[in-house]
Amino acid sequence: MFEHIRSFASHFFVTGEPMIYASDVAIVLFLVGIIFTLTYLKKWKWLWREWITTVDHKKIGIMYLISALLMMFRGGVDALLMRTQLALPNQTFLDAEHYNQIFTTHGTIMILFMAMPFLFALFNIAVPLQLGARDVAFPFLNSVSFWLFFFGALLFNLSFVIGGSPDAGWTSYPPLTELGFDKGPGENFYLLGIQISGIGSMATGINFLVTILKMRAPGMTLMRLPLFCWSVVASCIIIIFAFPALTVALALLLIDRVADAHFFTMLHGGNPMMFINLFWIWGHPEVYIVVLPAYGIYSEVVSTFSGKKIFGYKTMVISLMIISVVSYFVWAHHYFTMGASAGVNSFFAVASMLIGIPTGVKVFNWLFTMFRGRIQLKLPMLWTLAFIPCFAMGGATGIMLAVAPADYQYHNSYFLIAHFHQTLIGGVAFGLLAGMYYWWPKMFGFSLNERLGRWAFWFFNIGFYVCFMPQYFLGFMGMTRRVYTYSGDTGWTSFNFISSIGAYLMGIGFLFIVVQVLYSIKYGERDLTGDPWNGRTLEWAIASPAPHYNFAHIPEVTERDAWWDMKARGESLIKVNQRMAFKPIHMPKNSGLPFIMAVFFFISGFGFVFNWYWMAALGLLGVGICMIVRSNNRDSEYYIPAEDVEKTEAALGRV
Amino acid sequence: MSTLNHYKEPEKQSHSTTSELLEYQRHDGPLNILGFWIFLATDLLLFACLFATYLVIRTHVDGGPTDKDLFEIPGFTIETILLLASSFTGSLAVYEMRHNDKKRLLGWLVVTVLLGLGFIGIEVSEFLSYIREGATMQRSAFLSAFFTLVGTHGSHVSLGIIWMISIIRQVAKYGIEPINARKVFIIGLYWHFLDIVWIFIFTVVYMTGVVS
Repeated sequence: MFEHIRSFASHFFVTGEPMIYASDVAIVLFLVGIIFTLTYLKKWKWLWREWITTVDHKKIGIMYLISALLMMFRGGVDALLMRTQLALPNQTFLDAEHYNQIFTTHGTIMILFMAMPFLFALFNIAVPLQLGARDVAFPFLNSVSFWLFFFGALLFNLSFVIGGSPDAGWTSYPPLTELGFDKGPGENFYLLGIQISGIGSMATGINFLVTILKMRAPGMTLMRLPLFCWSVVASCIIIIFAFPALTVALALLLIDRVADAHFFTMLHGGNPMMFINLFWIWGHPEVYIVVLPAYGIYSEVVSTFSGKKIFGYKTMVISLMIISVVSYFVWAHHYFTMGASAGVNSFFAVASMLIGIPTGVKVFNWLFTMFRGRIQLKLPMLWTLAFIPCFAMGGATGIMLAVAPADYQYHNSYFLIAHFHQTLIGGVAFGLLAGMYYWWPKMFGFSLNERLGRWAFWFFNIGFYVCFMPQYFLGFMGMTRRVYTYSGDTGWTSFNFISSIGAYLMGIGFLFIVVQVLYSIKYGERDLTGDPWNGRTLEWAIASPAPHYNFAHIPEVTERDAWWDMKARGESLIKVNQRMAFKPIHMPKNSGLPFIMAVFFFISGFGFVFNWYWMAALGLLGVGICMIVRSNNRDSEYYIPAEDVEKTEAALGRV
Repeated sequence: MSTLNHYKEPEKQSHSTTSELLEYQRHDGPLNILGFWIFLATDLLLFACLFATYLVIRTHVDGGPTDKDLFEIPGFTIETILLLASSFTGSLAVYEMRHNDKKRLLGWLVVTVLLGLGFIGIEVSEFLSYIREGATMQRSAFLSAFFTLVGTHGSHVSLGIIWMISIIRQVAKYGIEPINARKVFIIGLYWHFLDIVWIFIFTVVYMTGVVS
């Protein structure tokens, strides 16, 4: 019996790595710490009532943000481990297998469990407020989305200490990922973790599209929408049309692995290339899913901190829409070397280059917005200014990669690595940080310290160029991606060493952000006006942080930049409060079901990972029961009485 | 899924919507229905990817049974008739709902469920007979794709049946009112959608299979 348990445990838990034992200890201590603190402060009820069961878009946004920052930390540590291994030739800091696991989790976490939730955080925080709405279209579903993301990410990260991490790259190409070559449960963790959080992402896409189409304040026509909302529309359209392809790709690979089917195997007629097609039909649009909202953030920031309305609003909207459509016709540029005909490669090469045109339009519009503006160099603007040259360079190297014949030279080299990090960090991460700084006072009611933020900014930016510029050269010198070590005669040592220094500088930049947040919680400047940046859109018309119901009276919109227009007319929502009587407000009730349902998803996913079908079935049964309970629930809404609204507004000093 | 369309005053809302259909009368009706249409778009794309995969590896039989060997015309024809008929009875249910006839609405929903069950029963027996012949999804890429595509449709129908039973219970309990009207309308959309997908399965999988 004891022997049996021991042999099970030695396979179940990852063993033999000092780094992982250290993590085990850290995880246990961390959990014990959390449980102890919550119990000691008697906060369990508070956690359940205020956060876990919440359907409030603002709180869900904050939970997304916290998760995304934690995931950024983990993905960042992975990056530093890789750069440490590669700093010098012939290092033994990591072995090949461990290195494989780390680059896999780094890529997967950064794109799916960092960038996506970070964006969803900003969607949740800003979109309903910019629209003048009291919540999203489907608040309950919004909570389901968050918890599915959360438990998907948890399942994925669990692989680190239980069962073993996936090790076939974030793209997870078969046949390498088929059972014959990759037996361990790691790959299953990848497939199920992403699948579960992917269901949540799809629901978020539907939710925000309906919200923007249906819940705008009276008078806010589509052409009066703030540009961030337009970018969310574009991003949601891509989510809706691209995520099903990922769902299918992952599901078929999972069926191959658990049911021994032959979609992508080398035997019995399988076709591995089919997975790669399906994966990139989602995968390339995915980069636009994450970058378009960042464009929206830059548009808001540039306009606010230049004190001018955005230049070329209509062309901004049109280029967003063009990008969202053309992004579907570029996927094969990820494998020009597959051996497709010249005609196919030319089509995808031309389509890929075409994307540069609407993107160029946007860059010029941002520059023209700044032209003769009264520019304030606050943190969000600083990151936006850093984005423009960085992204222009990333775009230019992208055009180089899009040239199909030349791509045979760059394919899967460090040139590619440098290119996509420049677009994803310079384009997406800078935008996410700009958005975080921009909306932080609206979320929490205080601003983040500028001085520490500038330290973070310079460390991160200088670190970025030091890290990635040498990688372009390494690519030209023949260094391919995913090598775990190299010999000194290749001549790659100096560039690799410089690159690793840059990575550490970026790590220091991240630490400055952590310090900045902690410092500002205590000493940050409180925002009493609700409008710290002299903003232009409706989220700045209400108190910071926004009350539970957002708007006591829904504003009437007559112009683009609705709040700027109100200010120009000497109008404000405080005056509206004084003029008009308060009315009861209709709100959705909190619910624990989304959390419980996501737990069942997690149980089911865990069962599939280890091929414990009883557990998988039990989880799915639980999910089904939750759905039926929800369908039969007729008591999911309530009214906030008018007096309570008045009291809240008075307490905020807004009557 | 509740929601908040507050810029319409309550009294104005009821006034302006009296002429509208029952399922649109509550504030969340139009939102849920639009949301569900968009969900159907995602589901359609999911099936599109499965169809694409099927078409790519349809001929990859690895010396095993081909589609022509396997498919039998009577079986899939009866399935088609049952499912198309269920779509028709589903429409009759919505029609009776419009005429505020609770009894007939329930009656047609029950008929729809029964037809759906008949469809699933025949599909399962078809699958079992293939498996008995040794045509399992482990045999070849073609069979993997076949079972997954048709099985995904079948599991959608099964889910629809459970969902419809839950709605029948609610209609029996609460009668025809805006929430139930919305639910009946939305499951109607779902049911017709599955019918359309089946028409593609009928032509792309079965008809092409027996003709080629």
